[in-house]
Amino acid sequence: MRTTRAAAVAAVTMSLALAATACGGGSSTDGGGSNDSPKTLTYWASNQGASIEVDKKVLQPELDKFEKETGIEVKLEVVPWSDLLNRILTATTSGQGPDVLNIGNTWSASLQATGALLPWNAENFGKIGGKDRFVDSALGSTGAEGKDPAAVPLYSMSYALYYNKKLFADAGISKPPATWEELVADGKKLSKGGKWGLGVEGSNPSENIHHAVVFAKQHGADFFTADGKPDFTSDKAVEGVKQFVDLMAKDKIIAPGNAEYAQNQSVSDFAKGKTAMLLWQSASANLKSQGMSEDAYGIAPVPVQSGTPGSGTSVNSMVMGINLAVFKNTDNLDGATKFVKFMTSDDEQKILNEAYSSIPPVKGAQSDESFNTPANAVLKDTLAQSAIAAPQVADESQFETAVGTAIKELWADAAAGRPVTTDSVKAALEKAQQQMPTK
Amino acid sequence: MTTTVPAKAEVRQSSPGTADGPRRRPGRIRRIGLPYLLLLPALLLELLVHLVPMVIGVLMSFKELTQFYIRDWTTAPWNGIDNYRMSVDFNAPVGEALLHSFLVTLAFTLLSVGLCWLIGTAAAIYMQDNFRGRGLLRALFLVPYALPVYTAVITWVFMFQHDNGLVNHVLHDQLGITDKPSFWLIGDNSFIALLTVSVWKGWPFAFLIVMAGLQNIPKELYEAAALDGAGMWQQIRRITLPSLSPVNQVLVLVLFLWTFNDFNTPYVLFGKTAPQAADLISVHIYQASFVTWNFGTGSAMSVLLLLFLLVVTGVYLVVTSRGRRTKHA
Repeated sequence: MRTTRAAAVAAVTMSLALAATACGGGSSTDGGGSNDSPKTLTYWASNQGASIEVDKKVLQPELDKFEKETGIEVKLEVVPWSDLLNRILTATTSGQGPDVLNIGNTWSASLQATGALLPWNAENFGKIGGKDRFVDSALGSTGAEGKDPAAVPLYSMSYALYYNKKLFADAGISKPPATWEELVADGKKLSKGGKWGLGVEGSNPSENIHHAVVFAKQHGADFFTADGKPDFTSDKAVEGVKQFVDLMAKDKIIAPGNAEYAQNQSVSDFAKGKTAMLLWQSASANLKSQGMSEDAYGIAPVPVQSGTPGSGTSVNSMVMGINLAVFKNTDNLDGATKFVKFMTSDDEQKILNEAYSSIPPVKGAQSDESFNTPANAVLKDTLAQSAIAAPQVADESQFETAVGTAIKELWADAAAGRPVTTDSVKAALEKAQQQMPTK
Repeated sequence: MTTTVPAKAEVRQSSPGTADGPRRRPGRIRRIGLPYLLLLPALLLELLVHLVPMVIGVLMSFKELTQFYIRDWTTAPWNGIDNYRMSVDFNAPVGEALLHSFLVTLAFTLLSVGLCWLIGTAAAIYMQDNFRGRGLLRALFLVPYALPVYTAVITWVFMFQHDNGLVNHVLHDQLGITDKPSFWLIGDNSFIALLTVSVWKGWPFAFLIVMAGLQNIPKELYEAAALDGAGMWQQIRRITLPSLSPVNQVLVLVLFLWTFNDFNTPYVLFGKTAPQAADLISVHIYQASFVTWNFGTGSAMSVLLLLFLLVVTGVYLVVTSRGRRTKHA
């Protein structure tokens, strides 16, 4: 009898415990943040350095500094790029996320639409020293126009043309190409004996998009209409994408194998001297970690169709970068704001952007000596004069996937020797457009 | 909690009229209720782990669950069967892509299961004879099955690479079968690559199960057959295969379900966006929900997939069990 009762009690207890844990998980997803746990913060950092370990080494001393100043302990997790968006989506859905996090600036409008991120209105900006501290171009990629930004700029980057000085000299080329015509001509001289003119990351949809947006713009096309509707198949957009893929299909200055690259193999190829040119953002730290010394390569602006980089059809990069966002349902709102203030302070901006070879989006830090090297000057000029923001529409992230994947398939065609024609490019973009949300 | 109700009802039905009822009832409730009480934790866990997520998944499929609502999906508007209508409208892009993916998956599954079964059975039959090194070979055959999926598949990714991959090195550089290195991870060949990895990973399981089944076939049958003049091929056809049929029925069903639903292999092999030729349905659904942020459509597709697999399984079980019954009659 006693054992029966004991067993019954055990069973009921266990059931209750189960029920309790089932209901207990998940804090409320509605409402704003609170200050229930003022002593800790969780921070998801994106992978900016050559590896996650490198990032931890860069960030941890700064977080320790923050803890000393404020007494708030920051738990750091560096999330690889392949997982970051999924992790953010999951956190959004479950309400179980970090307090502060890095987001790719092109996702700003998409994530803003979920309503999970703290809007940076005048009051919140006031707490971190005001909106004026940030560079305009960087602020242009923090959310849809007319809405309070969903994040604040943390690191700014732009694309540049990295070229191998020795290979250029061997081929008798005296200066880096300034137009695509010159790039193709140089590329043909360089593509011989197992070496190739240019490298691309063909199976990485995001990389494809970053270039496609610029190529389309150089032909005068946008992928979204002014009121935010997808418009992928205009003749000019098709021309732009075709010119990009033709670098492999017609001009044959890209090794066919590049079509399946998605793990930054094109950076390794460049570091090993297998390709002579690379279009990349902030590659310096990465190249150094792969054993390529800084004297071995030069940095030039990404080519344009004609003339020199500027606005309109002379743009030559997207405004790339990382934004810092606060989850709306954080339980340490004050701490999170303090942390954002700390990370965007002039001093921290200098340290962090130097470590990641990016450009500070904070005016006070950008004027610092260390960002005036010739390499950084190229990036800075591009950002200031000839970079366009990613489309700030809620469907941006779907656009990256749909069109990025369409271009991936076009690279596959080019690599297999199948013809890439205006019609085939248009068909690929048409299919991508049909995949976009209709509402 | 609902489980205790039938127990009580049962007690009430059987107890009226007994003279010593009132005093003994609590004891009887306790005695009859205890098994249910002990089942309660398991039942709750089952509800929690299996049923609740499934019901939520089905509910989600009737909602317009896009990025605007995922933060609190209870606020997402109901949109009836729109998600389903969109998924099965084969003239529109979404439905057309789903149909394409479904057909690719079906072809892939049939080929993969067929090859897994064929290779597994052949190997198991050869391994029946006693010879030196048999144990070693058996162990070796099971290695692909024992390896963690990620490790195994990522190794294949390296081997399938265009520039430095082992596959191209052997096929092109050494044997000269192809006139230029082929692409395996993009384009049309990706189907072959996927099939290769799937069969490589799946056949050891068929081998293991068939080998176990073979142990139950009495040796005398073969001896008698040999005396009657049956050759090896006839022995396999007339004795081995019929004796294995109950094992095979389960084996083929399990392999079919696993292969049809396989997510890990294509995901590790191709990443988030699979090439057209190898666009398996599990990755397709993943892309429809996670990459395009439309979880409602993704759920609807999942429910359709579930229904399809239920129908296939049901029909398969009915057909095979009828076959068994007529044989016994």
